[in-house]
Amino acid sequence: MKLQADLKYSKEHEWIRVEGSRAVIGITDFAQDSLGDIVFVELPSVGESLEVEDTFGVVESVKTASDLYAPVSGKVVEVNEALADSPELVNREPYGQGWMIVVEISDVSQLENLMDAEQYQKMVEEA
Amino acid sequence: MTEKLIFELGSPGRQGVTFADNDVPEVSLDQLLPEAYLRERQAPLPEVSELDAVRHFVRLSRLNFGVDVGFYPLGSCTMKYNPKVAEDAAALDGFANLHPYQPEELVQGALQLMYETQQDLAELTGMDAFTLQPAAGAHGEMTGMLTIKAYLESKGETSRNKVIVPDSAHGTNPATAALCGFKVVEVKSDERGNVDIEALKQVIGPDVAALMLTNPSTLGLFEDKIKAIADLVHAAGGLLYYDGANLNAVMGYARPGDMGFDVVHLNLHKTFATPHGGGGPGAGPVGVKEALAPFLPKPVVTKEGEHYQLDENRPQSIGRVKAFNGNFSVVVKAYTYLRALGGRGLKEVSEYAVLNANYLMKRLATHVRIPYQRVCMHEFVASPPQELTEQGVKTLDIAKRLLDYGYHPPTVYFPLIVEEAIMLEPTETESKETLDQFADNFIKVLEEAKENPELVKQAPYTTPVRRLDEVTAARKPVLGWLPE
Repeated sequence: MKLQADLKYSKEHEWIRVEGSRAVIGITDFAQDSLGDIVFVELPSVGESLEVEDTFGVVESVKTASDLYAPVSGKVVEVNEALADSPELVNREPYGQGWMIVVEISDVSQLENLMDAEQYQKMVEEA
Repeated sequence: MTEKLIFELGSPGRQGVTFADNDVPEVSLDQLLPEAYLRERQAPLPEVSELDAVRHFVRLSRLNFGVDVGFYPLGSCTMKYNPKVAEDAAALDGFANLHPYQPEELVQGALQLMYETQQDLAELTGMDAFTLQPAAGAHGEMTGMLTIKAYLESKGETSRNKVIVPDSAHGTNPATAALCGFKVVEVKSDERGNVDIEALKQVIGPDVAALMLTNPSTLGLFEDKIKAIADLVHAAGGLLYYDGANLNAVMGYARPGDMGFDVVHLNLHKTFATPHGGGGPGAGPVGVKEALAPFLPKPVVTKEGEHYQLDENRPQSIGRVKAFNGNFSVVVKAYTYLRALGGRGLKEVSEYAVLNANYLMKRLATHVRIPYQRVCMHEFVASPPQELTEQGVKTLDIAKRLLDYGYHPPTVYFPLIVEEAIMLEPTETESKETLDQFADNFIKVLEEAKENPELVKQAPYTTPVRRLDEVTAARKPVLGWLPE
């Protein structure tokens, strides 16, 4: 399982990279590996407002479909259009080209509820 | 491919039939239809002889696998044997050649059959009224949830917008709730595989419209705190919805109505032995308690004196959910099954369904991981041994290898809360010999996977096609055929 030290992680297996007032969000390497080959990603529209733990989309693999949960509240300012044609990017580069959305964070204090790489690894191993 | 498309067979100009000479004056199409409606080129119809056509379809039929061919332990689907007597009944002239526009007085027998099926299903589930219209389980769910919605609206309870579903639920439950305009709230399972009562208390409140529950659950476990769950939901003013997918386990022993459920849907094509798979037709009747009866789809069959009628005068009804009277021939088959078995027979169905599942679970218990160590109901969930998972042999590989032994694989990767899940439902119609042979072969596959993982990872070897490229099929589906 690949992890990146500069990211924060949610218990629903999303990662978040804070860049100023914005955050890039995707799913973890563990999540993409558990799902298997991803065939479809449904993302919200730019401008949509998300509350923390709201579902913001769906990721579908040959095995199953899973909801995506917002790790923080905020407004969607960018979505990864490339995933519509190339959902396999999520399998190939979950922390890179497989990113999903960018939000303008509305409440930075919510970041404190997320895990760092070490805590996330522990959670996965104990599950 | 093993078999070409029929369009790719034959030869230009070849015909299977010869028509008699035309004895009326020929009129060209462009004299009959505006140009916009005329094809620019001839439709590419198959050009094959009668023998080519017969061989093509017979070959295709022999590639098929069904419950009449072999053991089909597809968990959650109740692939039991469908007695052929039910086909005979449905093929009777008076049923098969009815027209839905025939006047009521000419179809009293058909209406009586529908009425008695409604009554029988109500008795079996502890409900007060039934509609037979929905065409399948998910359609029944939607009908049931729309009925709940109409009932709540009639009471002015318009702010109830939440539907609770357990994390072990069939995916159709949250999908139905969402489609009917509700917000879906998931509640987790406890360590015994039941609804976590404490977690339920956290989400229950005045905004809850309903809790959707399958009992026994998709883990094949009986929800033994159902009374407490029902009380919680009802105390909050919500309703209880019963997903009847697993009714096969409890017939004659426990009734959803007595457990506190307000609405149920049944799958006639599962529990009541009508053929299914391959897209239907099925039937998903919905039953409700008295208070919700006025909201059921119309018409429903009612009886006045000795006369049966289709009652359209139901002002609070949610309306029709299917043309005419649903999949009538499926109802005829289910009625035949109900009447052939009777109350005692149906009870035995559930006894054997549960016994067979527990027998198979015990036979496999030391070879697989069983996440919930309890007496199971009509099905059980297992995972391959840890060492196989670590070796990279997946449940999918084991399922594929079972094909080589002549079995339809069990359900895999469901429920989602069990890692590498395999879900086995043998049903009541299988003999001990079949179960023993399956268990022996299943254990053999596990041994093969241990000793020669590659053998299992490359399986199947004996099927018409080997591993299909599911990823490309999902990412870039080819859904039609065009001539080159």
